[in-house]
Amino acid sequence: MNEVEAKPVWHRRNLLDINSLSREEIEALFKTAHSFREVSTRSVKKVPALRGQVVVNLFYEPSTRTRISFTLAAQRLSADVVDFIADASSISKGETLVDTANNIIAMGVDTIVLRHPAPGAARFLASNVDVAVVNAGDGAHSHPTQGLLDLYTLLDNLGSLEGRRVAIVGDISHSRVARSGMLAFRKFGAEVVLVGPPTLVPRSFSELEGVTISHSLDAVLGDVDAICLLRMQRERQGAGLFPSLEEYSRLFGMNSERLQRCRDDVLILHPGPMNRGIEITPDVADGERSRVLAQVTNGLAVRMAVLYMVAGGSA
Amino acid sequence: MKERVLYDARQTRTTIDAFLDGLASRYREHVDAFPDQPLQIVGIRRRGDTLARRLEARLSSAGVTVPQLGVLDITLYRDDFSPSRPQPMVSPSEIPFEVEGAHIWLVDDVFQTGRTIRAALNQLSDFGRPRCVTLAVFIDRQMRELPICPDVVGLELERPSDERVQLHLEEVDGVENVVGVVHGE
Repeated sequence: MNEVEAKPVWHRRNLLDINSLSREEIEALFKTAHSFREVSTRSVKKVPALRGQVVVNLFYEPSTRTRISFTLAAQRLSADVVDFIADASSISKGETLVDTANNIIAMGVDTIVLRHPAPGAARFLASNVDVAVVNAGDGAHSHPTQGLLDLYTLLDNLGSLEGRRVAIVGDISHSRVARSGMLAFRKFGAEVVLVGPPTLVPRSFSELEGVTISHSLDAVLGDVDAICLLRMQRERQGAGLFPSLEEYSRLFGMNSERLQRCRDDVLILHPGPMNRGIEITPDVADGERSRVLAQVTNGLAVRMAVLYMVAGGSA
Repeated sequence: MKERVLYDARQTRTTIDAFLDGLASRYREHVDAFPDQPLQIVGIRRRGDTLARRLEARLSSAGVTVPQLGVLDITLYRDDFSPSRPQPMVSPSEIPFEVEGAHIWLVDDVFQTGRTIRAALNQLSDFGRPRCVTLAVFIDRQMRELPICPDVVGLELERPSDERVQLHLEEVDGVENVVGVVHGE
Protein backbone atom coordinates (compact mmCIF):
# COMPACT_ATOMS: atom_id res chain seq x y z
CA MET A 1 0.00 0.00 0.00
CA ASN A 2 1.17 3.48 -0.70
CA GLU A 3 2.26 5.49 2.28
CA VAL A 4 -0.37 7.98 3.34
CA GLU A 5 0.72 11.44 2.33
CA ALA A 6 -1.25 13.92 4.37
CA LYS A 7 -1.09 13.60 8.13
CA PRO A 8 -4.59 12.70 9.31
CA VAL A 9 -6.25 15.52 11.23
CA TRP A 10 -9.38 13.62 12.26
CA HIS A 11 -8.98 11.51 15.42
CA ARG A 12 -12.51 11.76 16.81
CA ARG A 13 -14.56 8.73 17.50
CA ASN A 14 -17.72 10.80 17.87
CA LEU A 15 -19.45 13.69 16.16
CA LEU A 16 -21.46 15.40 18.88
CA ASP A 17 -21.75 19.05 17.91
CA ILE A 18 -20.25 21.72 15.66
CA ASN A 19 -18.58 23.77 18.33
CA SER A 20 -15.93 21.25 19.31
CA LEU A 21 -14.75 20.78 15.71
CA SER A 22 -11.77 22.72 14.45
CA ARG A 23 -11.81 24.34 11.06
CA GLU A 24 -9.07 21.90 9.97
CA GLU A 25 -11.20 18.92 10.98
CA ILE A 26 -14.15 20.26 9.01
CA GLU A 27 -11.93 20.87 5.99
CA ALA A 28 -10.63 17.29 6.16
CA LEU A 29 -14.19 16.05 6.44
CA PHE A 30 -15.28 18.10 3.40
CA LYS A 31 -12.33 16.89 1.36
CA THR A 32 -13.48 13.37 2.13
CA ALA A 33 -17.10 14.25 1.34
CA HIS A 34 -15.96 15.63 -1.99
CA SER A 35 -14.46 12.24 -2.84
CA PHE A 36 -17.64 10.49 -1.78
CA ARG A 37 -19.70 12.64 -4.14
CA GLU A 38 -17.74 10.98 -6.92
CA VAL A 39 -18.73 7.53 -5.60
CA SER A 40 -22.39 8.50 -5.91
CA THR A 41 -21.94 9.13 -9.63
CA ARG A 42 -20.65 5.61 -10.40
CA SER A 43 -22.77 2.82 -11.74
CA VAL A 44 -21.88 0.77 -8.66
CA LYS A 45 -22.50 3.36 -5.94
CA LYS A 46 -20.66 1.50 -3.25
CA VAL A 47 -17.15 1.26 -1.87
CA PRO A 48 -15.89 -1.39 0.56
CA ALA A 49 -14.45 1.05 3.11
CA LEU A 50 -16.65 -0.05 6.07
CA ARG A 51 -17.25 -3.63 5.02
CA GLY A 52 -18.23 -5.80 7.98
CA GLN A 53 -19.10 -2.86 10.22
CA VAL A 54 -22.53 -2.31 11.70
CA VAL A 55 -24.22 1.08 12.03
CA VAL A 56 -27.36 1.45 14.13
CA ASN A 57 -29.80 4.30 13.69
CA LEU A 58 -31.08 4.74 17.25
CA PHE A 59 -33.95 7.16 16.85
CA TYR A 60 -36.07 8.44 19.73
CA GLU A 61 -37.79 11.00 17.49
CA PRO A 62 -39.47 10.44 14.18
CA SER A 63 -37.31 11.45 11.24
CA THR A 64 -37.47 9.92 7.83
CA ARG A 65 -35.03 11.89 5.73
CA THR A 66 -32.14 12.09 8.19
CA ARG A 67 -32.46 8.38 8.88
CA ILE A 68 -32.60 7.48 5.21
CA SER A 69 -29.63 9.72 4.49
CA PHE A 70 -27.57 8.00 7.21
CA THR A 71 -28.76 4.59 6.04
CA LEU A 72 -27.74 5.23 2.43
CA ALA A 73 -24.46 6.76 3.57
CA ALA A 74 -23.62 3.65 5.60
CA GLN A 75 -24.71 1.32 2.81
CA ARG A 76 -22.59 3.11 0.22
CA LEU A 77 -19.63 2.42 2.48
CA SER A 78 -20.69 -1.26 2.63
CA ALA A 79 -21.60 -1.16 6.32
CA ASP A 80 -24.66 -3.05 7.53
CA VAL A 81 -27.43 -0.88 8.93
CA VAL A 82 -30.08 -1.57 11.52
CA ASP A 83 -32.85 0.82 12.50
CA PHE A 84 -33.88 0.99 16.12
CA ILE A 85 -36.95 3.17 16.39
CA ALA A 86 -37.39 3.59 20.08
CA ASP A 87 -40.82 5.11 20.46
CA ALA A 88 -42.72 1.87 20.42
CA SER A 89 -40.30 -0.56 22.04
CA SER A 90 -38.05 -0.41 25.09
CA ILE A 91 -38.56 3.24 25.93
CA SER A 92 -42.18 2.51 26.76
CA LYS A 93 -40.98 -0.26 29.03
CA GLY A 94 -38.78 2.11 31.00
CA GLU A 95 -35.34 1.09 29.74
CA THR A 96 -32.67 3.80 30.00
CA LEU A 97 -30.83 5.18 26.97
CA VAL A 98 -27.53 3.63 28.07
CA ASP A 99 -29.15 0.24 28.73
CA THR A 100 -30.81 0.27 25.34
CA ALA A 101 -27.55 1.26 23.68
CA ASN A 102 -25.52 -1.38 25.51
CA ASN A 103 -28.04 -4.03 24.53
CA ILE A 104 -27.62 -3.08 20.91
CA ILE A 105 -23.83 -2.86 21.25
CA ALA A 106 -23.75 -6.36 22.73
CA MET A 107 -24.91 -7.60 19.36
CA GLY A 108 -21.70 -6.29 17.81
CA VAL A 109 -22.26 -2.73 16.68
CA ASP A 110 -19.55 -0.26 15.66
CA THR A 111 -21.38 3.06 15.32
CA ILE A 112 -24.57 4.47 16.83
CA VAL A 113 -26.36 7.31 15.05
CA LEU A 114 -28.53 8.88 17.73
CA ARG A 115 -31.58 11.11 17.36
CA HIS A 116 -32.98 12.11 20.75
CA PRO A 117 -35.25 14.87 22.10
CA ALA A 118 -32.96 15.69 25.06
CA PRO A 119 -30.17 18.24 24.48
CA GLY A 120 -26.83 16.61 25.36
CA ALA A 121 -28.12 13.06 24.85
CA ALA A 122 -25.43 12.25 22.29
CA ARG A 123 -22.60 13.47 24.52
CA PHE A 124 -24.07 11.56 27.45
CA LEU A 125 -24.27 8.40 25.40
CA ALA A 126 -20.77 8.82 23.97
CA SER A 127 -19.28 9.05 27.46
CA ASN A 128 -21.10 5.91 28.59
CA VAL A 129 -20.63 3.48 25.73
CA ASP A 130 -17.65 2.03 23.90
CA VAL A 131 -18.64 2.60 20.27
CA ALA A 132 -18.58 5.60 17.93
CA VAL A 133 -21.52 7.97 18.40
CA VAL A 134 -22.88 10.37 15.78
CA ASN A 135 -25.40 12.98 16.86
CA ALA A 136 -28.31 13.10 14.42
CA GLY A 137 -30.09 15.79 16.42
CA ASP A 138 -30.44 16.23 20.19
CA GLY A 139 -33.32 18.48 21.18
CA ALA A 140 -32.75 22.13 20.36
CA HIS A 141 -29.02 21.70 20.96
CA SER A 142 -27.31 20.48 17.83
CA HIS A 143 -27.75 18.72 14.50
CA PRO A 144 -24.13 18.72 13.40
CA THR A 145 -24.48 16.88 10.10
CA GLN A 146 -27.17 19.36 9.01
CA GLY A 147 -24.94 22.31 9.94
CA LEU A 148 -22.07 20.69 8.08
CA LEU A 149 -24.06 19.95 4.93
CA ASP A 150 -25.40 23.51 4.89
CA LEU A 151 -21.85 24.82 5.24
CA TYR A 152 -20.63 22.40 2.55
CA THR A 153 -23.36 23.56 0.18
CA LEU A 154 -22.49 27.22 0.75
CA LEU A 155 -18.75 26.61 0.28
CA ASP A 156 -19.45 24.56 -2.82
CA ASN A 157 -21.32 27.50 -4.34
CA LEU A 158 -19.38 30.46 -2.96
CA GLY A 159 -15.84 29.10 -2.66
CA SER A 160 -15.23 30.88 0.62
CA LEU A 161 -17.39 32.40 3.33
CA GLU A 162 -14.93 35.11 4.40
CA GLY A 163 -16.78 38.40 4.36
CA ARG A 164 -20.06 36.78 3.29
CA ARG A 165 -23.36 37.33 5.08
CA VAL A 166 -25.80 34.51 5.72
CA ALA A 167 -29.34 34.96 7.06
CA ILE A 168 -31.03 32.22 9.07
CA VAL A 169 -34.76 32.85 9.12
CA GLY A 170 -37.48 31.41 11.30
CA ASP A 171 -37.94 29.83 14.70
CA ILE A 172 -34.37 30.23 15.94
CA SER A 173 -35.31 29.48 19.56
CA HIS A 174 -36.36 25.91 19.02
CA SER A 175 -34.00 25.09 16.17
CA ARG A 176 -30.92 22.88 16.43
CA VAL A 177 -30.49 23.48 12.69
CA ALA A 178 -30.13 27.22 13.33
CA ARG A 179 -27.58 26.70 16.11
CA SER A 180 -25.51 24.24 14.11
CA GLY A 181 -25.62 26.36 10.97
CA MET A 182 -24.75 29.56 12.81
CA LEU A 183 -21.71 28.00 14.50
CA ALA A 184 -20.54 26.29 11.31
CA PHE A 185 -20.83 29.45 9.17
CA ARG A 186 -19.01 31.51 11.81
CA LYS A 187 -16.09 29.07 11.87
CA PHE A 188 -15.56 29.80 8.18
CA GLY A 189 -15.75 33.58 8.53
CA ALA A 190 -19.32 34.38 7.51
CA GLU A 191 -21.36 36.99 9.32
CA VAL A 192 -24.67 35.57 10.44
CA VAL A 193 -27.91 37.47 10.80
CA LEU A 194 -30.70 35.71 12.67
CA VAL A 195 -34.12 36.75 11.43
CA GLY A 196 -37.50 36.10 13.03
CA PRO A 197 -40.15 37.51 15.32
CA PRO A 198 -38.79 38.64 18.72
CA THR A 199 -40.53 35.74 20.43
CA LEU A 200 -38.61 33.21 18.35
CA VAL A 201 -35.09 34.71 18.38
CA PRO A 202 -33.15 34.50 21.66
CA ARG A 203 -31.71 37.96 22.30
CA SER A 204 -28.58 36.48 23.89
CA PHE A 205 -27.39 35.23 20.49
CA SER A 206 -26.53 38.81 19.52
CA GLU A 207 -23.72 38.65 22.08
CA LEU A 208 -21.89 36.16 19.87
CA GLU A 209 -19.19 37.71 17.72
CA GLY A 210 -20.25 38.11 14.11
CA VAL A 211 -23.91 37.39 14.86
CA THR A 212 -26.64 40.02 14.62
CA ILE A 213 -30.41 39.85 14.99
CA SER A 214 -33.07 41.36 12.80
CA HIS A 215 -36.82 41.20 13.19
CA SER A 216 -37.43 42.20 9.59
CA LEU A 217 -36.64 39.90 6.69
CA ASP A 218 -37.25 42.78 4.27
CA ALA A 219 -34.49 44.78 5.96
CA VAL A 220 -31.79 42.17 5.28
CA LEU A 221 -32.81 40.84 1.84
CA GLY A 222 -30.48 42.92 -0.32
CA ASP A 223 -27.63 42.46 2.08
CA VAL A 224 -27.03 38.72 2.23
CA ASP A 225 -25.34 36.06 0.09
CA ALA A 226 -27.51 33.22 1.31
CA ILE A 227 -30.78 32.70 3.13
CA CYS A 228 -31.33 29.58 5.20
CA LEU A 229 -35.01 29.15 5.88
CA LEU A 230 -36.14 27.04 8.82
CA ARG A 231 -39.15 24.83 8.92
CA MET A 232 -41.95 26.60 10.79
CA GLN A 233 -43.37 23.92 13.00
CA ARG A 234 -47.13 24.00 12.86
CA GLU A 235 -47.27 22.73 16.44
CA ARG A 236 -45.90 26.08 17.58
CA GLN A 237 -48.96 27.87 16.32
CA GLY A 238 -51.29 28.55 19.21
CA ALA A 239 -48.46 28.61 21.73
CA GLY A 240 -48.70 32.40 21.73
CA LEU A 241 -45.31 32.90 20.05
CA PHE A 242 -46.70 34.43 16.87
CA PRO A 243 -50.24 35.36 15.86
CA SER A 244 -50.78 32.95 12.97
CA LEU A 245 -49.01 31.03 10.20
CA GLU A 246 -50.55 33.45 7.69
CA GLU A 247 -48.98 36.41 9.41
CA TYR A 248 -45.67 34.58 9.81
CA SER A 249 -45.69 33.81 6.12
CA ARG A 250 -46.46 37.45 5.23
CA LEU A 251 -43.57 38.76 7.32
CA PHE A 252 -40.95 36.00 7.11
CA GLY A 253 -41.91 33.80 4.18
CA MET A 254 -39.64 33.74 1.15
CA ASN A 255 -41.53 34.49 -2.06
CA SER A 256 -40.68 35.62 -5.56
CA GLU A 257 -41.35 39.26 -4.77
CA ARG A 258 -38.80 39.13 -1.94
CA LEU A 259 -36.39 37.14 -4.12
CA GLN A 260 -36.48 40.04 -6.62
CA ARG A 261 -35.05 42.29 -3.94
CA CYS A 262 -32.19 39.90 -3.17
CA ARG A 263 -28.85 39.85 -4.90
CA ASP A 264 -29.00 38.06 -8.25
CA ASP A 265 -26.76 35.27 -7.00
CA VAL A 266 -28.39 34.73 -3.60
CA LEU A 267 -28.65 31.10 -2.46
CA ILE A 268 -31.80 29.75 -0.85
CA LEU A 269 -31.42 26.82 1.56
CA HIS A 270 -33.99 24.84 3.50
CA PRO A 271 -33.32 21.72 5.61
CA GLY A 272 -36.64 20.14 4.70
CA PRO A 273 -39.33 19.08 4.97
CA MET A 274 -40.64 22.33 3.49
CA ASN A 275 -43.98 23.87 4.35
CA ARG A 276 -44.72 25.21 0.90
CA GLY A 277 -46.68 28.41 1.19
CA ILE A 278 -45.51 29.14 4.74
CA GLU A 279 -41.75 29.72 5.01
CA ILE A 280 -41.18 29.32 1.27
CA THR A 281 -43.39 29.60 -1.81
CA PRO A 282 -43.23 26.85 -4.45
CA ASP A 283 -41.75 29.13 -7.12
CA VAL A 284 -38.81 29.96 -4.85
CA ALA A 285 -38.42 26.38 -3.62
CA ASP A 286 -38.23 25.10 -7.19
CA GLY A 287 -36.53 28.18 -8.63
CA GLU A 288 -32.99 28.55 -9.87
CA ARG A 289 -31.67 30.13 -6.67
CA SER A 290 -32.83 27.19 -4.57
CA ARG A 291 -30.17 24.74 -3.39
CA VAL A 292 -32.60 22.51 -1.51
CA LEU A 293 -31.94 19.37 -3.52
CA ALA A 294 -28.19 20.02 -3.60
CA GLN A 295 -28.37 20.06 0.20
CA VAL A 296 -29.88 16.58 0.15
CA THR A 297 -27.20 15.24 -2.23
CA ASN A 298 -24.42 16.91 -0.27
CA GLY A 299 -25.92 15.63 2.97
CA LEU A 300 -25.40 12.08 1.83
CA ALA A 301 -21.74 12.75 0.97
CA VAL A 302 -21.14 14.58 4.26
CA ARG A 303 -22.70 11.73 6.26
CA MET A 304 -20.58 9.20 4.39
CA ALA A 305 -17.54 11.25 5.35
CA VAL A 306 -18.64 11.41 8.99
CA LEU A 307 -19.24 7.65 9.25
CA TYR A 308 -15.94 6.98 7.50
CA MET A 309 -13.95 9.31 9.75
CA VAL A 310 -15.40 8.23 13.11
CA ALA A 311 -14.76 4.58 12.21
CA GLY A 312 -11.04 5.27 12.53
CA GLY A 313 -11.35 7.60 15.51
CA SER A 314 -10.03 6.91 18.96
CA ALA A 315 -10.59 10.05 21.05
CA MET B 1 12.98 5.96 10.70
CA LYS B 2 16.04 5.57 8.50
CA GLU B 3 16.01 6.65 4.90
CA ARG B 4 18.73 5.98 2.36
CA VAL B 5 18.90 7.03 -1.23
CA LEU B 6 19.07 4.03 -3.55
CA TYR B 7 18.94 5.95 -6.83
CA ASP B 8 19.85 9.62 -7.05
CA ALA B 9 18.09 12.20 -9.20
CA ARG B 10 20.12 11.56 -12.33
CA GLN B 11 19.86 7.77 -12.15
CA THR B 12 16.15 7.95 -11.36
CA ARG B 13 15.40 10.27 -14.28
CA THR B 14 17.36 8.14 -16.72
CA THR B 15 15.59 4.98 -15.58
CA ILE B 16 12.14 6.58 -15.68
CA ASP B 17 12.85 7.94 -19.16
CA ALA B 18 13.80 4.48 -20.39
CA PHE B 19 10.66 3.01 -18.77
CA LEU B 20 8.41 5.63 -20.38
CA ASP B 21 10.17 5.26 -23.76
CA GLY B 22 9.43 1.55 -23.68
CA LEU B 23 5.80 2.16 -22.74
CA ALA B 24 5.41 4.81 -25.42
CA SER B 25 6.66 2.55 -28.18
CA ARG B 26 4.40 -0.30 -26.98
CA TYR B 27 1.53 2.16 -26.97
CA ARG B 28 2.29 3.25 -30.53
CA GLU B 29 2.52 -0.37 -31.66
CA HIS B 30 -0.90 -1.04 -30.17
CA VAL B 31 -2.44 2.02 -31.81
CA ASP B 32 -0.93 1.07 -35.17
CA ALA B 33 -2.12 -2.53 -34.89
CA PHE B 34 -5.61 -1.77 -33.52
CA PRO B 35 -6.50 1.78 -34.61
CA ASP B 36 -10.14 1.32 -33.65
CA GLN B 37 -9.39 0.13 -30.10
CA PRO B 38 -8.44 3.03 -27.87
CA LEU B 39 -5.96 2.23 -25.16
CA GLN B 40 -6.92 3.87 -21.88
CA ILE B 41 -4.25 4.89 -19.39
CA VAL B 42 -5.13 4.89 -15.68
CA GLY B 43 -2.66 6.05 -13.03
CA ILE B 44 -2.91 5.09 -9.39
CA ARG B 45 -2.75 8.06 -7.05
CA ARG B 46 -0.31 9.40 -6.12
CA ARG B 47 2.70 9.04 -8.38
CA GLY B 48 1.27 6.36 -10.61
CA ASP B 49 -0.93 9.14 -11.97
CA THR B 50 2.11 11.40 -12.23
CA LEU B 51 3.97 8.78 -14.27
CA ALA B 52 0.85 8.36 -16.42
CA ARG B 53 0.85 12.09 -17.09
CA ARG B 54 4.49 11.98 -18.14
CA LEU B 55 3.69 9.12 -20.48
CA GLU B 56 0.79 11.08 -21.94
CA ALA B 57 3.03 14.12 -22.49
CA ARG B 58 5.65 11.96 -24.18
CA LEU B 59 3.07 10.40 -26.48
CA SER B 60 1.38 13.63 -27.45
CA SER B 61 4.70 15.32 -28.22
CA ALA B 62 5.33 12.37 -30.55
CA GLY B 63 2.00 13.08 -32.22
CA VAL B 64 0.02 10.24 -30.64
CA THR B 65 -3.39 11.24 -29.33
CA VAL B 66 -4.14 9.70 -25.95
CA PRO B 67 -7.69 9.55 -24.56
CA GLN B 68 -8.20 11.50 -21.34
CA LEU B 69 -6.31 9.85 -18.48
CA GLY B 70 -8.01 8.06 -15.62
CA VAL B 71 -6.94 8.35 -12.00
CA LEU B 72 -7.70 5.82 -9.27
CA ASP B 73 -7.55 6.54 -5.56
CA ILE B 74 -7.63 3.12 -3.93
CA THR B 75 -7.93 4.32 -0.31
CA LEU B 76 -11.51 3.06 0.11
CA TYR B 77 -10.53 -0.37 -1.22
CA ARG B 78 -7.64 -0.99 1.16
CA ASP B 79 -7.65 -4.25 3.06
CA ASP B 80 -5.84 -2.97 6.13
CA PHE B 81 -8.60 -1.07 7.94
CA SER B 82 -8.20 -1.09 11.68
CA PRO B 83 -10.32 0.70 14.26
CA SER B 84 -8.70 3.40 16.40
CA ARG B 85 -6.34 4.35 13.62
CA PRO B 86 -7.14 7.61 11.83
CA GLN B 87 -8.55 7.06 8.38
CA PRO B 88 -6.29 8.02 5.49
CA MET B 89 -7.48 10.97 3.42
CA VAL B 90 -9.44 10.04 0.32
CA SER B 91 -9.25 11.81 -3.01
CA PRO B 92 -11.74 11.38 -5.82
CA SER B 93 -11.12 8.85 -8.56
CA GLU B 94 -11.60 10.09 -12.11
CA ILE B 95 -12.52 7.60 -14.79
CA PRO B 96 -13.57 9.76 -17.77
CA PHE B 97 -14.30 6.83 -20.12
CA GLU B 98 -16.47 3.74 -20.34
CA VAL B 99 -14.68 0.93 -18.50
CA GLU B 100 -16.98 -1.72 -19.93
CA GLY B 101 -15.02 -3.47 -22.70
CA ALA B 102 -12.03 -1.12 -22.46
CA HIS B 103 -8.38 -2.03 -22.81
CA ILE B 104 -6.67 -0.38 -19.87
CA TRP B 105 -3.08 0.26 -18.93
CA LEU B 106 -2.81 0.52 -15.19
CA VAL B 107 0.25 2.52 -14.11
CA ASP B 108 1.77 2.58 -10.63
CA ASP B 109 5.03 3.72 -9.14
CA VAL B 110 6.19 0.91 -6.85
CA PHE B 111 4.92 -2.65 -6.76
CA GLN B 112 5.49 -3.64 -3.12
CA THR B 113 3.18 -6.56 -2.36
CA GLY B 114 0.40 -6.48 -4.93
CA ARG B 115 -2.23 -5.23 -2.50
CA THR B 116 -2.58 -1.82 -4.12
CA ILE B 117 -3.18 -3.51 -7.46
CA ARG B 118 -5.70 -5.91 -5.91
CA ALA B 119 -7.56 -2.83 -4.61
CA ALA B 120 -7.28 -1.03 -7.95
CA LEU B 121 -8.66 -4.01 -9.88
CA ASN B 122 -11.60 -4.29 -7.49
CA GLN B 123 -12.30 -0.61 -7.90
CA LEU B 124 -12.06 -0.75 -11.69
CA SER B 125 -14.60 -3.55 -11.75
CA ASP B 126 -17.03 -1.27 -9.88
CA PHE B 127 -16.92 1.00 -12.93
CA GLY B 128 -17.46 -1.82 -15.40
CA ARG B 129 -15.88 -4.92 -16.90
CA PRO B 130 -12.71 -4.05 -18.80
CA ARG B 131 -11.80 -6.29 -21.70
CA CYS B 132 -8.19 -6.36 -20.66
CA VAL B 133 -5.94 -4.74 -18.05
CA THR B 134 -2.18 -4.46 -18.45
CA LEU B 135 -0.10 -3.51 -15.43
CA ALA B 136 2.94 -1.25 -15.78
CA VAL B 137 4.97 -0.42 -12.68
CA PHE B 138 8.16 1.56 -12.50
CA ILE B 139 9.72 -0.39 -9.63
CA ASP B 140 9.09 -4.05 -8.85
CA ARG B 141 10.23 -5.09 -5.38
CA GLN B 142 10.08 -8.77 -6.36
CA MET B 143 8.15 -9.31 -3.14
CA ARG B 144 4.67 -10.73 -3.71
CA GLU B 145 1.95 -11.31 -1.16
CA LEU B 146 -0.77 -12.00 -3.72
CA PRO B 147 -0.75 -13.85 -7.03
CA ILE B 148 -0.48 -10.63 -9.04
CA CYS B 149 2.51 -9.55 -11.08
CA PRO B 150 3.25 -6.64 -13.39
CA ASP B 151 3.41 -6.94 -17.17
CA VAL B 152 5.87 -4.10 -17.71
CA VAL B 153 8.58 -3.15 -15.22
CA GLY B 154 11.00 -0.21 -15.33
CA LEU B 155 13.35 -1.33 -12.56
CA GLU B 156 13.66 -4.55 -10.59
CA LEU B 157 14.88 -3.90 -7.11
CA GLU B 158 15.52 -6.56 -4.52
CA ARG B 159 15.71 -5.06 -1.06
CA PRO B 160 15.37 -6.37 2.51
CA SER B 161 11.70 -7.06 3.23
CA ASP B 162 11.55 -4.63 6.18
CA GLU B 163 12.56 -1.79 3.89
CA ARG B 164 9.92 0.28 2.08
CA VAL B 165 10.93 1.49 -1.33
CA GLN B 166 9.62 4.92 -2.26
CA LEU B 167 9.80 6.80 -5.51
CA HIS B 168 9.91 10.57 -5.22
CA LEU B 169 8.88 12.62 -8.23
CA GLU B 170 9.56 16.26 -8.93
CA GLU B 171 5.88 17.14 -9.47
CA VAL B 172 4.76 15.64 -6.15
CA ASP B 173 7.77 15.72 -3.87
CA GLY B 174 9.97 18.48 -5.28
CA VAL B 175 12.81 15.96 -5.62
CA GLU B 176 13.41 13.00 -7.84
CA ASN B 177 14.95 9.85 -6.38
CA VAL B 178 14.36 6.33 -5.10
CA VAL B 179 14.77 5.81 -1.37
CA GLY B 180 14.60 2.86 0.99
CA VAL B 181 12.90 3.54 4.33
CA VAL B 182 13.32 1.37 7.40
CA HIS B 183 10.96 2.03 10.30
CA GLY B 184 11.92 1.60 13.93
CA GLU B 185 15.40 2.11 15.43
